[in-house]
Amino acid sequence: MYISLTNKPSPGEEEGAPPAVTTRTPRGVRTVSSTVVTLGIVSMLTDISSESVSAILPLYITGVLGLSTIAFGFLDGLYQGVSALVRIAGGYVSDRVDQPKWVAFVGYALAAVARLGLLFGSGFAAITAVITADRVGKGIRTAPRDSLITATSRPDNLGTSFGVHRTLDNIGAAVGPLLAFVILLVVPDGYDTIFATSFAFAAIGVLILGIVVPNVRTRARRAAPADPERSDAAPRPRFAWSVVTSGPMRRLLAAAGMLGLLTIGDGFVYLVLQSRGGFAAQWFPLFYVGTNVAFLALAIPLGALADRIGRTRVFVWGHAALLATYVTAALPIADIAATVLCLVFLGAFYAATDGVLAALAAQLTTPETHGTGIAAAQTVVALARFLSAVGFGFLWFAVGRETSMLIVACVLAVAIPVAALLLRPLLAARGRS
Amino acid sequence: MTDRAKWFVVAVASVLLLGIAASAGVIGWYQYQARGSAAGAVETAPPDDWATGDRIVFRNTAMGDGYGQVASVPLDDPDGPRAVIAQACDRVAATDRRFVCLRSERGIVPRYTATVFDDDGRELESWPLAGIPSRARISPDGTLIATTAFVTGHSYATVGFSTETIVHTADGRDFGDLEDYTLVIDGDIVAPVDRNYWGVTFLDDTTFYATAGLTTTGATYLVRGDLEARTLTAVAEDVECPSLSPDGARIAFKRVTSGSGPTAHWTPAILDLAGGTVHVLDAETRNVDDQIAWLDDDTILYGLPREGAAGDTDIWSLAADGSGVPELFIEHAWSPSVVRR
Repeated sequence: MYISLTNKPSPGEEEGAPPAVTTRTPRGVRTVSSTVVTLGIVSMLTDISSESVSAILPLYITGVLGLSTIAFGFLDGLYQGVSALVRIAGGYVSDRVDQPKWVAFVGYALAAVARLGLLFGSGFAAITAVITADRVGKGIRTAPRDSLITATSRPDNLGTSFGVHRTLDNIGAAVGPLLAFVILLVVPDGYDTIFATSFAFAAIGVLILGIVVPNVRTRARRAAPADPERSDAAPRPRFAWSVVTSGPMRRLLAAAGMLGLLTIGDGFVYLVLQSRGGFAAQWFPLFYVGTNVAFLALAIPLGALADRIGRTRVFVWGHAALLATYVTAALPIADIAATVLCLVFLGAFYAATDGVLAALAAQLTTPETHGTGIAAAQTVVALARFLSAVGFGFLWFAVGRETSMLIVACVLAVAIPVAALLLRPLLAARGRS
Repeated sequence: MTDRAKWFVVAVASVLLLGIAASAGVIGWYQYQARGSAAGAVETAPPDDWATGDRIVFRNTAMGDGYGQVASVPLDDPDGPRAVIAQACDRVAATDRRFVCLRSERGIVPRYTATVFDDDGRELESWPLAGIPSRARISPDGTLIATTAFVTGHSYATVGFSTETIVHTADGRDFGDLEDYTLVIDGDIVAPVDRNYWGVTFLDDTTFYATAGLTTTGATYLVRGDLEARTLTAVAEDVECPSLSPDGARIAFKRVTSGSGPTAHWTPAILDLAGGTVHVLDAETRNVDDQIAWLDDDTILYGLPREGAAGDTDIWSLAADGSGVPELFIEHAWSPSVVRR
């Protein structure tokens, strides 16, 4: 894997339509544009910022504020929904005004400003406001940022680009909690230090986005003032909902939604692993770390693989990794190796589906609808997974943990071929729009 | 601006911002050291005979030396000097011979443990908790220990909340998670998907009371548990964090009196077990989110966060018949256990 810091497409190409797929780079030397790497760094810094706070929030709420975390849990479900809806709005606005960078900027800036609130306000109200702003900001920025990644990547390496971005993003998610706990280790009541550090990272991220990332327009531009006569020669490409709601996108949304309904959430997988007794309760936090490590190792290779053999294939096969996760979790093997294997499968599942889904949605939409298309795919998956977690909760208590896991595994084993059939018209498509 | 100039601006800003954060850390560290070595804000007594006589054992929250550590005051002089021992706990419950200490242990991966100590500070038994400690109770003769912890995810991406309530003997025998017990409501065995248990109070060495809560509807039940039969039977509704009176006739608890979910406001209340009547003690208007303790058959104790002082709390007392007004009982204290010899 080789990440070069060349900016593709070059400024000249930006003015016209997205560059046609020209000569493919030699195998093994796939380049990712510097904007993608910069956006990855912005996401990494923002994730360090938000994850460092969220990791210590339960401790802060119970230990410093003297509140129970119950109230907190209630709010959370609500935010999931808000974030999903805001995401569609963020994608849509970004497409309509054709300013993905600045729409994303608003989302990042909102989260950064909210961190200041943590420093100067205290108590539950301040925390609630900060989390709300963070969630809304995340909702706003995700789709425009992904459409920026699309606009600055070649269609044939989109999967790799998203892989690189998601890898950097997850490094931030891993570093954040680590940083927070190290600060607490040195200064046991150093919550203010964590909040200050969190703000610093968020502000640096916003700054980089604001001044370094080019304001790439997704829509084709004509040099209108210079050549007024030709400006109306071709009809101006327009935003069309039909691109998102019909044709291949509809198939993708249906397949992703169906598979999302069978994605029960990491929490349940970890609980099953924990209940096997191979690992004691205190290893619980490390399950997340294990999944993350697998994700980091696999996101770029699987993104590159998606570019080579087709994103739909990798997306569908990624769910086979999810199936393997369920099966290894449900099998009664109290073995560290089996536990690790299960976490690797889970990480592989995310690596094969998270960035690849965004790349697929970008591939199936027009430049004018990238933001909305990506947001729609992500929202459908998020809502489906939310429903899945609720539904699985019922199943869990009705028939027990291993049995419920095996039931979902069986349904998933049927759903994967169905999804493959549904996506068959797209299976042949490689990394070309 | 050239790319180089842009990154230069970013580098300068980063150094500035991270420098500010680092200075905040250094200041925080010095303040912490200063607080730690500063004399506590309360009068202290020598710790040698902290466990003699009738006493109240609690977590000391007076800023300074001894913050977060286990302390005791004589029952007849709660305002007097407190004896602070070295052991730090987030939540503590004590009997005459031993005490249980729930702790969050700092580290790259934070760990949560319950540890049983004898009165000389010797560790007898220890087991891991699944999350942040919430409640601890010890049975009257000191043989059984119940703990409640919040099982939180690694981030706020986790939906809902969950508690884990487990019962152990002081010598390490595990009675398991209450979630694996049979729940009986209105005579039927039920297994609602969203059930959670918290706040155990012991009657004797097989029988206890606890809260069963349903996350979705917010409904709560007082359940009577049997450790040998592994059953939990609902005996009343709308009861949270029960605490059995010394005479065993009443349950003090917290009840939601307004709001719900994140806006819930809890008021202390007393349930008469024989008659089933509930008396809400609205002489207390503040939000009481604690498991109540009984000072004696006529008086309850509970902790409240201290206004404007993060991390500091006070223990208040209130007449169990609801007469009078709440009184400040022990300043800078949390998690009281009344220990009689």
